[in-house]
Amino acid sequence: MKKILVGVKRVVDYNVRVRVKPDGTGVALDGVKMSVNPFDEIALEEALRIRERGQANEVVVASIGPADSQQQLRTALAMGADRALHVQTDSTIEPLGVARAFLKLVERENPFLVIFGKQAIDDDNGQTGQLLASLWDRPQVTFASRLELGEATARVTREVDAGLETLDVDLPAVITADLRLNEPRYVKLPDIMKAKKKPLETLSLADLGADTREHLRIVRVGPPSQRTKGVMVKTTEELVEALKKKGLF
Amino acid sequence: MIRDAEALNALLATVARFVRERLVPAEPLVDETDEIPAGIVAEMKAMGLFGLTIPEEYGGLGLTMEEEVLVMFEMGQTSPAFRSLFGTTVGIGSQGLLMDGTEAQKSRYLPRLATGELIASFALTEPEAGSDAASLRTSATLSGAHYVLNGTKRFITNAPHAGIFTVMARTDPQDHGAGGVSAFIVEAGTPGLRLGKRDRKMGQRGAWTCDVIFDDCRVPATSIIGGIPGRGFRTAMQVLEKGRIHIAAICVGVAERLLRDALRYATERRQFGQAIAGFQLVQAMLADSKAELYAARCMTLDAAQRRDRGENVSTEASCAKMFASEMCGRVADRAVQIFGGAGYMAEYGIERFYRDVRLFRIFEGTTQIQQLVIARNMVKAVS
Repeated sequence: MKKILVGVKRVVDYNVRVRVKPDGTGVALDGVKMSVNPFDEIALEEALRIRERGQANEVVVASIGPADSQQQLRTALAMGADRALHVQTDSTIEPLGVARAFLKLVERENPFLVIFGKQAIDDDNGQTGQLLASLWDRPQVTFASRLELGEATARVTREVDAGLETLDVDLPAVITADLRLNEPRYVKLPDIMKAKKKPLETLSLADLGADTREHLRIVRVGPPSQRTKGVMVKTTEELVEALKKKGLF
Repeated sequence: MIRDAEALNALLATVARFVRERLVPAEPLVDETDEIPAGIVAEMKAMGLFGLTIPEEYGGLGLTMEEEVLVMFEMGQTSPAFRSLFGTTVGIGSQGLLMDGTEAQKSRYLPRLATGELIASFALTEPEAGSDAASLRTSATLSGAHYVLNGTKRFITNAPHAGIFTVMARTDPQDHGAGGVSAFIVEAGTPGLRLGKRDRKMGQRGAWTCDVIFDDCRVPATSIIGGIPGRGFRTAMQVLEKGRIHIAAICVGVAERLLRDALRYATERRQFGQAIAGFQLVQAMLADSKAELYAARCMTLDAAQRRDRGENVSTEASCAKMFASEMCGRVADRAVQIFGGAGYMAEYGIERFYRDVRLFRIFEGTTQIQQLVIARNMVKAVS
């Protein structure tokens, strides 16, 4: 059984204008529309395409979070995942804790490939994939924009500041998906109904025996500072002059 | 049937995303070419939009009226032409079959309607029979095991795409009223059935209508919906009653889109040194639109919920259709006004919606016919 494990995180929908709570402890989530992290959708789409090409037999999606995370897992099942694992917790788990919990899932499921989104659009940490690869002691390729699977290796193109970089890695490996890896499919409406009948297993962190002790402390959450109004210049000379004044040229 | 919040939310989110990402960007193209791109049609079919109201056992989603209304609120957020393509298949074109059809008729057509392989069209209106639908002249004469249809149907939505037509024809020439009418399922391509030239319309470009002409068109006697002649008008009225709630929901969706666009423009457009949304006369237009829209939304949902509970909603369906379509017209008019000169220019798309929504007050029962239905029901209840 060739399995792919995909991480799915419940995050504030990308269309929502996020507001910081007045007491600065976090962002307001009451009544806010939540969705699957868009990069995780790309990760799942890639896994489904691999399965559809016959290079995998099963796509398992997993989420660590509150009871409501099951909505996002159901969406993933409607997209085409075969099975879902929900590690239920109401605490906020930091990336290291998430990676440790995923390591336990990896030991349970034995996937030949783990795909995450490159980061979640809530905290934008971008650490879970890297941490898991390290804990699991397997290769990792982050920011993938192209993925080709061989028998025991994967050739992955990744987006880096200088352009594109192509790496060959031994499997099993951890891949994190960038925006241009693919365009996720639209869910077929009848599949939303069928997803209700697909298996979804709920676990606790205690069941997994994962160490999720906190090492990070959030001091304060604040909105980004307001952008000040720009200055219009008429000529290039004026622009150069203005930049010089600001010490930027 | 969904009736579970999680699945319903997933469904609404999927439709909303499809509308936002695929349909809204294609609006100008559809208006310009008078055609929905084939790729979008294929995606609409693959998503299952044609099967929204077809029962699950025939491959559809079997949505309740309330669920259908919620989906239409989302579908209304773009040009009504997109909705029109599958609207007759989930609505008036298939509902006669669903409500009164025999098991053989249902299993023959519904699975193919659910996938969009067959598009259904509803042929009631004639050159001389619009609001006075019971006076229709298309005849169906029994000849052995067949009926022979003769007559012309006018302004038939989706006729150029249709695989089957629900056709109202007079089987009893002695009965000039509603009792002489039967509903038939006629397959496209039946000899003697031909289509007229595509109509040129004021708006809703991309949604096609044309005449459907029957010239000694022979159909098996088993094509009568439910197998019993003389029930066609009753079938048509039941179908239209459900259709009215569907149209009311679309009116709410389109009005929401227009008001959102108008509000955004009003907060960005500056005159006399400030955003025009700061002016009380503009605010009055925004506030009136918001309140009327809210009323129409509540009315439509209430009518849908009552219908799902099995209540007779003849009055409520007509109230919702009348109020929502008139409201949509007023909101569209105010949107043009708020946009000012830009609202009159094609580039902003507001004038396109203004033309599109004019139809809502006319089709599937004019506002005046809704008034008659409502008032007659009121009078009947006390006499």
